[in-house]
Amino acid sequence: MHIVVFTRSTPDTQAVVTVNAAGVVTWGEAALVVNPWDEYALEEALVRSKAAGGKTTVIAIGGERHNDALKHALAMGVDSALRVDDAGLDDADGLTYATTAAAAVRKLADVDVVLFGRESIDVGTDQHITQTARKLGWAALNTVSKIVALDAAAKTVKVERILEQGKQTLNAKLPAVISVTKDINEPRYPNFLGIRKAAKAVIPVWTLADIGATLPAGAARTTAYKNLPAREVKFERIDGTPEQIAAALFDRLIEEKVL
Amino acid sequence: MSAVYVWIETYNGVGASASWEALGAGKVLAEALGVPLTAVVFGQNAANVANEAAAYGAANALIGDDATLNDYRLEAYAALLTKLVRENAPRIVLAASSARGRELIAASAADMDSAMLPDALSLSVSGDAVTAERAVYSGKVLSDMAAGGATVYITIRARAFKPNTYTAGAAANVTPVTPALTEDQIGTKVEAFAAEVGTVNLTDAAIIVSGGRGMANNPKDAPSGTPDAAVWKAQDGFAHVLQPLADALGAAMGASRAAVDAGYIPYAHQVGQTGKVVAPDLYIACGISGAIQHQAGMRTSKVIVAINKDADAPIFKLARFGLVGDLYQILPALTAEAKKRLGK
Repeated sequence: MHIVVFTRSTPDTQAVVTVNAAGVVTWGEAALVVNPWDEYALEEALVRSKAAGGKTTVIAIGGERHNDALKHALAMGVDSALRVDDAGLDDADGLTYATTAAAAVRKLADVDVVLFGRESIDVGTDQHITQTARKLGWAALNTVSKIVALDAAAKTVKVERILEQGKQTLNAKLPAVISVTKDINEPRYPNFLGIRKAAKAVIPVWTLADIGATLPAGAARTTAYKNLPAREVKFERIDGTPEQIAAALFDRLIEEKVL
Repeated sequence: MSAVYVWIETYNGVGASASWEALGAGKVLAEALGVPLTAVVFGQNAANVANEAAAYGAANALIGDDATLNDYRLEAYAALLTKLVRENAPRIVLAASSARGRELIAASAADMDSAMLPDALSLSVSGDAVTAERAVYSGKVLSDMAAGGATVYITIRARAFKPNTYTAGAAANVTPVTPALTEDQIGTKVEAFAAEVGTVNLTDAAIIVSGGRGMANNPKDAPSGTPDAAVWKAQDGFAHVLQPLADALGAAMGASRAAVDAGYIPYAHQVGQTGKVVAPDLYIACGISGAIQHQAGMRTSKVIVAINKDADAPIFKLARFGLVGDLYQILPALTAEAKKRLGK
């Protein structure tokens, strides 16, 4: 069984992210980390491929900064890594990403499952995940909290997925694209040997020509990045006994028309 | 005929309230583009849901009521939506950014090789282009994203758009549509659905009461032999101190990542960067320090109340009202006051 995981580097969760005078998004000296959701996808790939005697590949799309995420994946124990980089890919919209991702998976040829973390926190969307599945013509199984059964020989998969009103159990055919949520597993920390191996790894870079992809003409474009408007709050501290505080707070909340 | 399509999400044959917000966003776009607003409803009871969509402003409705569409399945729904888009070339296809809406809109946009604007906070039309303002980098930065082409696909963030005024008895021109796939052509089968009962959906909630690490300061003693007293105390606090306040306010219960990671409450309640992004009218943060990753999930709440014993906690920087003290003394008083004022 061959499992592919897509990942990317994102600023550390504690990073202060702002837009500079030139309109460019910056995060100062903050470290780049693997997109937090992707750790669960990587862990699931490692567990599932070990159980089935398969192999794992991790892929990033975009510039060199994504090598950080790929090396983290290698340090966790993923078998091989590669990056697809070319003009137009670093600020790709979901459709461009999915077109590229699907072409890369097609080039690998023997893939049974593609895993994603449920969302990319930098671009703030999961659009590319479903779209990768559609471009491949595979089932998309999103927000999966448990892979109940995975059978590469029978080409079947059974998952539990989280929807707003509860948990849906689905049976689907392989190959499939699966996005996973946080409660699917507990990601491992890379060990010393893994980190050393990953540090030495040379990551191959594929171009769009290598994977035979043509980018879509109708992609969406990000035209501007903006800092958040200042949150104008008039802070008011309410003191007193618990009963006095409660009465005063309810008076204020009714004045603010939120009750 | 060109139109703005709004997919109306249903669950057990009832329209989702987030879809009425989508019709609200759709109507503004339809008026700007000078095209009609069309509701797209699939599944059981589609005709009745279409009537409700009409009351919320839809002029037309396309309804697909068929056994293959009863349970929501992406394959079946996306194939039909794409068929309708291919036949009728709507200018816009829009839905609420729910789990189902996000994947359905993304799938059909991919089928059509059309641009998608995901999770819009606001929308504007200029000439042929539609621009969405959206939150990126975990809500730390905003972006403007523009799309053109024959059809633009859009999802909208919950509570970012208002529904149209409800007009009882309004009727839409209803056109039945037939599924694109037969049951044999649909590879995905729904085996079971375990509904969560009695909980308020966090992203739809007007009021959220959230607990953090401070929930472990419960003065109650854990029963002897409890393996982890802090976990027991916090769980007891969520169940018997925070939940009653949420019930009295008709609120959903949220939590910080610290509380979830410590095992105080299930992950489904987590608000923040790796949890849910919420924007209620009122957010009450109890024993939450306000780490940047929590702020990312709640900073656009209209009014934030912070309850924390540490007067220097970062959460007070976002708060409109700050209550410095022991949440185990303050929350029961708030619950009593809520019952008195709201009669619940």
